[in-house]
Amino acid sequence: MKRMALVEVKNLSFCYPNGYQAVDDVSFTIEAGENIAIVGQNGAGKTTTVKMLNGLTKPGSGDVLINGESTKNYTTAQMARRVGYVFQNPDDQIFNATVYKEIEYGLKKMKVGMGECERRIKDAAELTGMTKYLETNPYDLPLSMRKFVTIASVIASNCDVMIFDEPTAGQDLDGLKILSDLNRVLTARGKAIVTITHDMEFVADNYDRVIVMCQKKIIADGRTKDVFFQKDIMEKAMLKQPALVRIATGIGMQENTLDVKMAAAYIRQNLR
Amino acid sequence: MDSIKITDLTYRYPTADEDVLRHVSLSVEKGQLCAVVGANGSGKTTLCNAIRGFVPKFYKGEISGEVLVNGKDVQREEIGITALEVGFVFQNPFTQISGITDTVYEELAYGLENMGVEPAEIERRVEEIMGLTKIEAFRDRDPYQLSGGQQQRVALAAVLVMNQDVFVIDEPTSQLDPQSTDDVFEIIRLMKNMGKTIVLVEHKMEQIAEYADKVVVMDQGQIVLEGTPEEVFSDPRCEEYHIRLPQCTRIALELKKEGIGFEKLPVTVQETVETIQAITGAGKDGQERKG
Repeated sequence: MKRMALVEVKNLSFCYPNGYQAVDDVSFTIEAGENIAIVGQNGAGKTTTVKMLNGLTKPGSGDVLINGESTKNYTTAQMARRVGYVFQNPDDQIFNATVYKEIEYGLKKMKVGMGECERRIKDAAELTGMTKYLETNPYDLPLSMRKFVTIASVIASNCDVMIFDEPTAGQDLDGLKILSDLNRVLTARGKAIVTITHDMEFVADNYDRVIVMCQKKIIADGRTKDVFFQKDIMEKAMLKQPALVRIATGIGMQENTLDVKMAAAYIRQNLR
Repeated sequence: MDSIKITDLTYRYPTADEDVLRHVSLSVEKGQLCAVVGANGSGKTTLCNAIRGFVPKFYKGEISGEVLVNGKDVQREEIGITALEVGFVFQNPFTQISGITDTVYEELAYGLENMGVEPAEIERRVEEIMGLTKIEAFRDRDPYQLSGGQQQRVALAAVLVMNQDVFVIDEPTSQLDPQSTDDVFEIIRLMKNMGKTIVLVEHKMEQIAEYADKVVVMDQGQIVLEGTPEEVFSDPRCEEYHIRLPQCTRIALELKKEGIGFEKLPVTVQETVETIQAITGAGKDGQERKG
């Protein structure tokens, strides 16, 4: 018998009440411990797809199975324990007076015990660089850091699947480093991370697998290295290959790599 | 003449214990695109607010030094008058969009209506800018019903339509996909060609390398590096100031470490390919990549 995937998305489609079709027949699976990037143009259907993973948006047709069971059988509260979603705009989900209370809020709703609650908040704050801001009002933090407040809340909820919608937007180098590190720690803990982003260099540096969406459909799902070197797919999705890929293509490199050091070593070896 | 001239500007927010801008001096010539980069919290947005006069007029606080826009002292001028000279695009499109209009078209017309522009002229300008920024397709939609990226283009368009001489643009592409990011930079290039002076806060170094005339790096409220993209990105202190170098520059620096030097640091893909070809002869004799 085939091993059961953590999440199985089967032929998902969604049409908004006004008749606008946002997602058209999308299927993929997610394993525990996987780190997946979803890329595509604005309006390609990325956010609608991931919202259907945690039930914020009910699938129009098709199904999402978590541990083999259809999410149609879960309540929204039950779903929230399995799939956590970090909104694109952090201000859509922040409403508590301190960072600590914001992270604590969901845990209280889930009736997590006090000691465990504290432990999880401390852990989530450390992973997101929020430790020194726990008593700060989230709205006194810049937008890029408010995003980490919302990420911390989802980490603390300890879901099996965590979805980050555009966490790279507006991040500086330090923010990207925090993000990269927390992805690594969480996947090592067996969490599945799904990240929507427009930052192709960040994807090249941090994700083994990438899903490319274009006009409501998935047009590629595979190893990032393989996908990013396919110019036709990237162009069809109106995405830009990372500079390294364009350079490698430009100089006729015979090896697909997304690693700057490896590319430099290749160029040196091929000096004449 | 310099469009923007900032001299020894120091500023502290009302409740803060420290200065957020410290002895900042900066000149931007007419028609120049000046990119401001640096870690979050280094003072980039505050600097933008000082050029627009929001600092100190809206935010209050203590200020010393001078900001001249087109020769006029922003701190002495009415904030509404400065609005006619400086177009300001907020970092967060959710903040920028007025919330009182029902359609994208009305959102673009709103500022012009407030300035008492003739209806025929409003229509002409709104149509022109919608075309330029490629937002005609959602002209009749509610701005708040658009995706983050679409809202960001509407926010930019709503400021462009005002047609000031100087534009301060704070992270206009943070929510945008790569294609729309390039579209925005093409709009910015167009504005530059029209002689507009632009101060741009942006984290996307690849585009900065390609489009900016001048880059200033901020760190802890100070301007710590200033120069052309080549000059700034080749400065080893970029690392210390947490600047994410363009991938091209990272490859070039890595090659340097491998003992392969070159006179001028390439900062765009085209330059990098040419530089590597010049050194290695790669890709010159018709060798093709395997599929």
